[in-house]
Amino acid sequence: MFLAFAGPNLVLIALFTYRPLLTNVYYSTLDWNLGSRTATPVGFGNYLRWFRDPTSLDVLRVTAVFTVATVGATLLLGLLLATALNRRIRGRTAARAVVFAPYVLSGVGVGLVWLFIFDPTYGALSALLRLWGTTGPDWYLDRSWALVMVIVVYVWKNLGYAAVVYLAALQSVPQDVLDAAALDGAGALRRFTRITVPLLSPTTFFLMVTTMLSSLQSFDLIQVMTKGGPLDGTTTLMYQVYVEAFVNGRAGYSAAVATILFVVLLLATLLQMRFLERKVHYA
Amino acid sequence: MSTVATRPAAVPRTTRRRRETVRGTVSTALGGYLPVILATTVVVLPLAWMVIASIKQPHELVRLPIQWLPSKPYAGNYLEAARTVSFGRLFLNSALVTAFGAGVKVVLAVITAYALVFIRFPAKRLVFVLILVALMVPPHIALVPNYTLIAQLGGRNTLWGIVLPGLGTAFGTFLLRQQFLSLPRSIVEAAELDGASHLRRLVAIVAPVSAPAIATVALISIVFEWNEYLWPLIIVDDPNAMTLPVGLTLLQNSESGSAAWGVLMAGTVVVILPVLAIFAVLQRWIVAGLTQGAVTG
Repeated sequence: MFLAFAGPNLVLIALFTYRPLLTNVYYSTLDWNLGSRTATPVGFGNYLRWFRDPTSLDVLRVTAVFTVATVGATLLLGLLLATALNRRIRGRTAARAVVFAPYVLSGVGVGLVWLFIFDPTYGALSALLRLWGTTGPDWYLDRSWALVMVIVVYVWKNLGYAAVVYLAALQSVPQDVLDAAALDGAGALRRFTRITVPLLSPTTFFLMVTTMLSSLQSFDLIQVMTKGGPLDGTTTLMYQVYVEAFVNGRAGYSAAVATILFVVLLLATLLQMRFLERKVHYA
Repeated sequence: MSTVATRPAAVPRTTRRRRETVRGTVSTALGGYLPVILATTVVVLPLAWMVIASIKQPHELVRLPIQWLPSKPYAGNYLEAARTVSFGRLFLNSALVTAFGAGVKVVLAVITAYALVFIRFPAKRLVFVLILVALMVPPHIALVPNYTLIAQLGGRNTLWGIVLPGLGTAFGTFLLRQQFLSLPRSIVEAAELDGASHLRRLVAIVAPVSAPAIATVALISIVFEWNEYLWPLIIVDDPNAMTLPVGLTLLQNSESGSAAWGVLMAGTVVVILPVLAIFAVLQRWIVAGLTQGAVTG
């Protein structure tokens, strides 16, 4: 009876979530082009090629910058926005919904809207900068600024999620503790950094792990806004997995990169658990 | 001198109170209203800009210095978008994929969660752990293996090929299991004594009392299926089988020149507006569902 109910779902999860983990490792040992009927076993060949390729270091750098910047900015701005939303202000519920909205919108749509805003010639941003008396950088053709552009849009899309999660946590910070500290003469900033922030640390830890995992796997915005360019300036590990298999057709090599990405995801999660969770203050 | 002695005690008390309320107002304005207004503006303006650009005429889009508003609303971009890629077809594909994908996902989540909570099974704990771990397995690692499997089954350029790999649901199962666990055992046990089958207990008792949670899972699945991009992008290259997001990038590649922004923004409106409309009406449940895992720890 149990299997009659849970079976179909379990089969699907086994087939499309667990099976690929194993077959992916197998594919990564093949010199194999997508759609080709023949494949040559090469052992660790694909991995060795990736580690020897000088562009791999650049891909890792872009991945690290993108991940650290998006996670850092999302958490920091999310917390600031949450503290603002936590005050007794009018229209708070509506504002909470508005800032959350981008999180549920199509990444492709969001990417196109912002690509138009960032258009170096006809974009609204460059028009605003011209009013200001300056001209912006070429967001489309400069490697570093293109990366900044994608990071900004990614944070725009995900900020509301962090803010709402922080807001829920803020509302459970006991008011009497804050009042007691205020009576003892602790200023607002001191109460925030010494009481609120430590009490929020489980939420910060949760958000750090989850936003990092989704940052490392982000694809839609990069595909729509830059296609990994210019000159691979926005090619992350995840994007490389896609390009190698579905643009260059090198399925075996792509599987190897996917395995490397999996190891990076696993290591990053474990490291955070090992070194950050100890600092978490569970109330 | 005696007046001077009494005044300092009296005056500061009132001014201090006034100063405190003034400080409170200033701090609410600076720490509350200012950032919130700033954030909502930064969210709303790009979306408004998308709609405005979609009803501008091509020459208005490339005018320098910039022309902020259209002289009159112009529908041409929408017509052009519909002509370049068959938007009606794409919309139908997206709607079918969303309805079928989300529908099956919800049913699977409901019956799996029911089994995990109410049906005796020796390895239940192990099954639950496997579902929890599946929740954490990065889905994009599976691209090449799943592509190969679906292609072998003949699923390229088909709607079922788009839907099938995503049907298994760990997230919905997890969310509904938490909900079912919170139900009082007695209501199900009463039905058990009456000899009602599991299916009957689920349909007549468990599902109705859990309707809000099930609706939340449904809403989140709908939004997710509608926005899904990477998988449909790789499994479909025939324009007739594309979903809206994929068709939108086809439009992006086929339209050239800066005047194309109007057409692209028209297409973007068609992708974004339905979700925005659903969100506007049902945001409370969507937000709660998406942040639930976070808040309960």
